[in-house]
Amino acid sequence: MSGHMNLTLKVWRQKSDKENGKLVTYPVQNISPDMSFLEMFDVLNEQLITKGEQPIAFDHDCREGICGMCSMYINGRPHGPKRGVTTCQLHMRSFKDGDTIVVEPWRAAAFPVIKDLTVNRSAFDRVIAKGGFISVNVGNAQDANNIPIPKPDADAAFQAAACIGCGACVATCKNSSAMLFVSAKISQLALLPQGRVEATARVKNMVAQMDEEGFGNCTNTGACEVECPKGISLENIARMNREFFVANIKS
Amino acid sequence: MSKLDSKIPEGALEQKWEKYKSSIPLVNPANKRSLEVIVVGSGLAGASAASSLAEMGYKVKVFCFQDSPRRAHSIAAQGGINAAKNYQNDGDSTYRLFYDTIKGGDYRSREANVYRLASVSTNIIDQCVASGVPLAREYGGMLSNRSFGGTQVQRTFYAAGQTGQQLLLGAYSALLRQVGLGTVEMCARHEMLDVVNIDGKCRGIIARDLISGKLERHFGHAVLLCSGGYGNVFYLSTNAMGSNVTAAWKAHKRGAFFGNPCFTQIHPTCIPVSGDHQSKLTLMSESLRNDGRIWVPKKHGDTRKANEIIEEERDYYLERRYPAFGNLVPRDVASRAAKERCDAGFGVGTSKMAVYLDFKAAIERYGHTQAVKLGVQNPSATELKEFGKQVVEEKYGNLFAMYEQITGENPYELPMRIYPAVHYTMGGLWVDYNLMTTVPGLYALGEANFSDHGANRLGASALMQGLADGYFVIPYTIGAYLSKEISVKAISTDHEAFVAAEKNAQEIIDKLFAIKGTKSVDYFHKRLGKIMWDKCGMARSEKGLKEAIADIRALRDEFWKDVRVPGTANDFNPELEKAGRVADFIELGELMCIDALNRTESCGGHFREESQTEEGEALRKDDEFAYVAAWENNGDHTYELHKEELKFEAIKIAQRSYK
Repeated sequence: MSGHMNLTLKVWRQKSDKENGKLVTYPVQNISPDMSFLEMFDVLNEQLITKGEQPIAFDHDCREGICGMCSMYINGRPHGPKRGVTTCQLHMRSFKDGDTIVVEPWRAAAFPVIKDLTVNRSAFDRVIAKGGFISVNVGNAQDANNIPIPKPDADAAFQAAACIGCGACVATCKNSSAMLFVSAKISQLALLPQGRVEATARVKNMVAQMDEEGFGNCTNTGACEVECPKGISLENIARMNREFFVANIKS
Repeated sequence: MSKLDSKIPEGALEQKWEKYKSSIPLVNPANKRSLEVIVVGSGLAGASAASSLAEMGYKVKVFCFQDSPRRAHSIAAQGGINAAKNYQNDGDSTYRLFYDTIKGGDYRSREANVYRLASVSTNIIDQCVASGVPLAREYGGMLSNRSFGGTQVQRTFYAAGQTGQQLLLGAYSALLRQVGLGTVEMCARHEMLDVVNIDGKCRGIIARDLISGKLERHFGHAVLLCSGGYGNVFYLSTNAMGSNVTAAWKAHKRGAFFGNPCFTQIHPTCIPVSGDHQSKLTLMSESLRNDGRIWVPKKHGDTRKANEIIEEERDYYLERRYPAFGNLVPRDVASRAAKERCDAGFGVGTSKMAVYLDFKAAIERYGHTQAVKLGVQNPSATELKEFGKQVVEEKYGNLFAMYEQITGENPYELPMRIYPAVHYTMGGLWVDYNLMTTVPGLYALGEANFSDHGANRLGASALMQGLADGYFVIPYTIGAYLSKEISVKAISTDHEAFVAAEKNAQEIIDKLFAIKGTKSVDYFHKRLGKIMWDKCGMARSEKGLKEAIADIRALRDEFWKDVRVPGTANDFNPELEKAGRVADFIELGELMCIDALNRTESCGGHFREESQTEEGEALRKDDEFAYVAAWENNGDHTYELHKEELKFEAIKIAQRSYK
């Protein structure tokens, strides 16, 4: 069919976190521009299985850009060349016939490789467990419209809450900083009246856990905002810093 | 006597739940600390149940196959969540939500369950807002609503096109808070491979650590399956790639009856299949039918582009056939109508298996109101369009972007092309009013159970049901069982039942590796999907279903002779995970066809070609089929039907009409 492409893939293969990995070259033929990037990997894996080789392990689930599980570092950029999309939503029409594409896992000390392109992002869960919530047990809630929330605040909280926890911000940051991820949750809750009650403890505990996990600091290069598939703004980091500063003065 | 006891409380419909809730035995706090509950799945039902039970003081363990509980597929729900708040003052009430849901389900659900669902719906919104879920708001600071299919009020709460994401992250936060407090042990990247029954009660599970490949035994006084639906039996569906039936199916093989397996929902507005490489389908939210108009050309086999077809030559077939509900008819009706037009040769796009969803009229309409709002006098056509686009973008921006990303077409300029796709499964494990399966101590919540949606689920009701089950039902009803278990000490996982169940799980894994066949797991999954879609999809017939059963049996034999599972068991091995899941899907597919064959009526998503009205609408047979079909697994792929009669006391059962 016209428009189909032949490509060369260089894919990171690594058996486990205990062994060294390396880039392995795989040619793929007859790739439709309508395929998603992960569907191209399906094709490649099908070929590997048929040949009796080990398929490439990669994380993916919803394949519609919302679960945050897919995580490929494509030609030096998390989720590939297009802005505002996850790997699963990247389509092959973004590439040209004859291209060589290098695919690596997220690289950060806090995200150890499990196998091939799969990494362990449970550090994010541990950060959330330290304060990414409002402490309200079921059964305590008042009528939802008893707390009017100005639309601009509600919208800003929603923008911050759109984070899918994929970790692209960490993967792209030269310091492997998780500030964009952590600040998005802190901002969402800091912007809402319900979340103010615990704001001080939240920012201190979450930042402490973030450091504990081995994420780096922020040096304001802004790569995280550029690579974030959900457009989470750097303003969140500024807000987190303010919250953190105020929390430390208070205590 | 029937083996099925639905345990519906006595009394008037409106009071059943309130009265029953106050009479369920309680477990005192000291005893709760020594009672252990296992939750399988971390979606809306699982996360909300786990956090609520932990808040109450139970010891909870949660399992999910993804790398984090935040990935569960509830996250992908787009449109919204229903609640009978009547914030819009448009005549909504608990009764109306109840009535719409029963009618939408084509009178194949339990009145008592649905009424309870409707009555706790308002608490869900309160709870979510209190826990920081940023639902959409108006300028006055109040919550905003929109309409969904099958209703004439605005009761759907939403967060742009990411409602599921926001609700799931809310439940995930509640869950992680309990993890931080040490009351929940979270086991991510674990897959449940069996349930363990001891002396007729469910006492735990066998799970595989997906990283190390090790099988583990876990004890629980009760086990909650919150493992979602089984739409991936069709291979192509809007489900996540990992969504599977394995937990529910293993439970079924250990004694839990499977309710109405043939009731599957084909969602009308999905992005059409683009080629053989397709791995999954993407939904375009039903909320788009608030503003989008669905049409095909009036001319048979019209090959012109959409923009070249003038207004008079377009057939807005839903508005034509169903003037009262128009584009907002329920999903089953909209899907069948699209199939009818395409089968008759009026489809659009290169495949001709698509219809248009057009926002031109909405963009014009919003353009005018926006111009008035902004005080722009005599706006030009370009300005109007721009204003209109801005409003549409605010409402549906992420969906439009997603559509463009997948198809390469701009839906602000060209109508979307859509076609029905498998989306949700109303069937699932049979449960009683307490959400307990036919195995004591084993519960099923959310999409994994069969209970509330009958033969067709209304839009924005899945999120409602998942959270209702987890936040507001199970925390009470589990007391009816656990209050009698307080003297049961934790059973050692060295018990012979655990040893035997683990051995069984290991044997299945060994068997899969031993085949060393020639075909990949996906090869079999695709073939199963095609059989199911062609013969147990939007239209079903006796002939087709009989063929499907024979085809699936042959496929099962071939799978167990020729599948190739690469790698080893003691490793992170996604192909092995898939193989186990597809093996279970193949067995389930057969049962779905058996159930569909048995039900010779049409109802909701189940359309038997032999049972339709002269106008081609679904024809129910209430005298013969007003029952839940609950199937018992008798081993060796044999199934025994048990019937739970559905009694309608509050609602007069009637043929559905949306005209």
